[in-house]
Amino acid sequence: MESLQKKVVFDGEAASMMMKELRGSFGSGKTRSYEWRVSQVKALLKMVTDNEKQIIDALLSDLAKPPLETVVYEIGMFKNSCEVILKELKQWMKPEKVKTSISTFPSSAEIVPEPLGVVLVISAWNYPILLSLDPVVGAIAAGNAVVLKPSEIAPATSSLMAKLLAEYMDNSCVRVVEGAVDETTALLDQKWDKIFYTGNGRVGRIVMAAAAKHLTPVVLELGGKCPAVVDSDVNLQVAARRLISGKWGLNNGQACVSPDYVITTKDFAPKLVDSLKTELENFFGKNPLESKDISRIVNHNHFARVAKLLDDEKVSDKIIHGGEKDESKLRISPTLLLDVPHDSLIMGEEIFGPLLPIITVNKLEESFDLINSRTKPLAAYIFTNNKKLKEQFVKNVSAGGMLVNDIALHLIVPTLPFGGVGDSGTGSYHGRFSFEAFTHKKAVLYRGFGGDASLRYPPYTETKQRVMKALVSGGILSIIAALLGWSSKA
Amino acid sequence: MEINGEFLEESVRELRQYFRSGSTRSVTWRKNQLTALLDLVHKNEDAISESLYQDLGKHPVEAFRDEIGAIGKSATYSLSCSDIPLLFFPAKGEVLAEPLVLALDPLIGAIAAGNVVVIKPSEQAPACSSFLANTIPRYLDSNAIRVIEGGAAVSQQLLLQKWDKIFFTGSPRVARFVMSAAAKNLTPVTLELGGKCPAILDSLTNPSDFKLAVKRIVGGKWGPCSGQACIGIDYVLVEEKVSSHLVELLKKIVRRFYGDNPLESKVISRIVNKQNFTRLCNLLKDPLVAASIVHGGSVEEKHLFIEPTILLDPPLDADVMTEEIFGPLLPIITVNKIGESIEFINSRPKPLAIYAFTKDETLKRRILTETSSGSVTFNDTMVQFLCDTLPFGGVGQSGFGRYHGKYSFDTFSHEKAVMHRSLCLEIEPRYPPWSKFKLEFLRLAYKLNYFGLLLHILGLKRYK
Repeated sequence: MESLQKKVVFDGEAASMMMKELRGSFGSGKTRSYEWRVSQVKALLKMVTDNEKQIIDALLSDLAKPPLETVVYEIGMFKNSCEVILKELKQWMKPEKVKTSISTFPSSAEIVPEPLGVVLVISAWNYPILLSLDPVVGAIAAGNAVVLKPSEIAPATSSLMAKLLAEYMDNSCVRVVEGAVDETTALLDQKWDKIFYTGNGRVGRIVMAAAAKHLTPVVLELGGKCPAVVDSDVNLQVAARRLISGKWGLNNGQACVSPDYVITTKDFAPKLVDSLKTELENFFGKNPLESKDISRIVNHNHFARVAKLLDDEKVSDKIIHGGEKDESKLRISPTLLLDVPHDSLIMGEEIFGPLLPIITVNKLEESFDLINSRTKPLAAYIFTNNKKLKEQFVKNVSAGGMLVNDIALHLIVPTLPFGGVGDSGTGSYHGRFSFEAFTHKKAVLYRGFGGDASLRYPPYTETKQRVMKALVSGGILSIIAALLGWSSKA
Repeated sequence: MEINGEFLEESVRELRQYFRSGSTRSVTWRKNQLTALLDLVHKNEDAISESLYQDLGKHPVEAFRDEIGAIGKSATYSLSCSDIPLLFFPAKGEVLAEPLVLALDPLIGAIAAGNVVVIKPSEQAPACSSFLANTIPRYLDSNAIRVIEGGAAVSQQLLLQKWDKIFFTGSPRVARFVMSAAAKNLTPVTLELGGKCPAILDSLTNPSDFKLAVKRIVGGKWGPCSGQACIGIDYVLVEEKVSSHLVELLKKIVRRFYGDNPLESKVISRIVNKQNFTRLCNLLKDPLVAASIVHGGSVEEKHLFIEPTILLDPPLDADVMTEEIFGPLLPIITVNKIGESIEFINSRPKPLAIYAFTKDETLKRRILTETSSGSVTFNDTMVQFLCDTLPFGGVGQSGFGRYHGKYSFDTFSHEKAVMHRSLCLEIEPRYPPWSKFKLEFLRLAYKLNYFGLLLHILGLKRYK
């Protein structure tokens, strides 16, 4: 029967209609109740638990992602997000009472969280489940209606999510729109109350420009070249393993928080390289192109892009390990490069692949300037036991987030905001920050009818001016003084 | 000095360099700047009042209440708070603030957060703009804080530069332009816009309460800059049965505050410039609107003065009810039951503030949960601005982002997540080659199932 169905085009009209329906649903108030939100979060939890096998298969199809990576990073992390929400949502939804000052006496004040309305989540292809559902569950927790546009570059996962979300979720408030540029453009023409985008800076600019037309606030989770600085005073084996696990163990380097390049001292580099080579073999065997424990490159476009970085004649003599390619399998072996020139292609853009350049410096402090001379990355890493160096690193390097002596784990901590700065993005999420990303914190001030001061109103007099001054500055003594007719001449 | 692209690029370069030097990061520098700002405001009160009078015909008391005093209070609050460890919130770099009348409030936040700042004051208030341009360099560190004057052309040039944040106060129309320009550099923005801020006036049974409410409404409409304020009351919603009483009271109180000849009274601002004056006059030219005038309506072009004007049920599709008035015209919209106000407000773009005068707890609850606005104030107007613990900002068409108090600091800061791990205590199952054992280990670890983990490690647990 499917072949008889005409392909339904999602165009401007379809987007408009969908928007109308969602606004109607949101307007009915159903997404605001704690019960609705909890039921939807639980539905998402059940969805990923019941369909673990299908999710693993979809990711194998899209990325040859090892099942363990899927279970831990895509499903496991997402489930954790849901658990945190279920535990804390009631607290997050409560209005926050705040102190008032004498300037508004008598009064009481509070900050009331409310949903923004109808929001759009545009997701990425490298962690297609996590980066779709994590923002979506945040939007739902905050009481919004939400549309998800998964990445077309991970087609099996995209259609699996479309199918499952339709089955498990309240379709009057949660929708999936599959597609590519045309569909995304149709979506971006609509007026959203917030747009949450995960991806690259080029499209990030397009999203923000489209949002500007409607004055829609955005969260942009972008990327950058995340540096990893390695000191010589570390447990080398542990550091090397963590580096490898954070680079090739995270979707074969195709992760926004993967270490893009390493900086270490000229003296220590040979030891680091040796350790990396050893551990790489321990992890992926002598023939890493055949290893099932590492993802492949997502598609031919990206394969060509990464291959080009290796083919750059400026780096051809800098490859010290790996460098093998198999286009039919879309695989490139874990590759190390030493001291590539700063103007090489590989140092000019985010690699997002299995190549790791190692840059050497004389003293590690030089690495700070090196990093700061580039656009701000999403994450910055340092491996060292030197307390002073750690402090300097944290103080002087600007990045979305930082991790000392490990890679990427800061993502798992729900009390830490996850987001970029500068070119790596704006806004953040995870844990409570996900709730807040999709919430408007409304300021509310309660006043009564007692205690009205005529000095607020015209006609204005000297006395009123004096008392007004005191009242606005908030000092109780000056108010009394003013009322008694004393003034402190400025 | 000609303000062209080259000059601006050079300025931005110098500012970035100064920021990189780290001078703005020290707590001492920030405190010094905030103290200097307080000094500037205290020592130049007269000059400030004079500039405001020149630009807007603002009375000194109004000037103090809404501008001088507010800035002083903000700066003092920031100073008292800057002992918070600022190292966890490294500064963002450069910031462009383009306020209309609220020039210095965002500046306080930017300084407290350790940034270098460029301010572009509104050219529509030229006396204030040149006051800022002349005075700020005398008190504040010019390596870090610059004022650039000019109109649209200068703004455009400024927006071509790469900023780390842009803070804009103004109209939605210009905001779209600012945000589009910011998008090219992925610059985050805070937009403080406006909207039609409604005042819901419930039928209060106690006549003195009702009178007080009307008094506050008058204060909240014409008090701030003759209606030219983003949180000033735009229009009033009231039940039909009390509308005539309301009109009577409004007339009485307006006369009491501003006398029989408001132009002469000198306690009410004038319209900022010819362009806005013409815009407001045009709102009244619509014959159906003119027919709804129940008080006022006279304009005086020479002094750019429009007297407090009250309209009763003007047509809802007229410009006066579809755009933000930003002037001394007050439409009164009547409804059958006050609860209908909620739907009325919801069918329009979200405003910066909603004011509601009522003692009915159910109505209060309904307003809070069924409407959306930057803020809600019950039984008063404008004063939420003075509360430093409340975030000040809009939602939807009234903007996004917020400031005041600590929110100002946060707006100009990047909250960097930092995690420390040690290199000992390794967990093997983190690493490939993968196996069923490792998978199950991680599964259990994620569930925080420590006992299960223990069993698993000891080989005592069954797994699929």
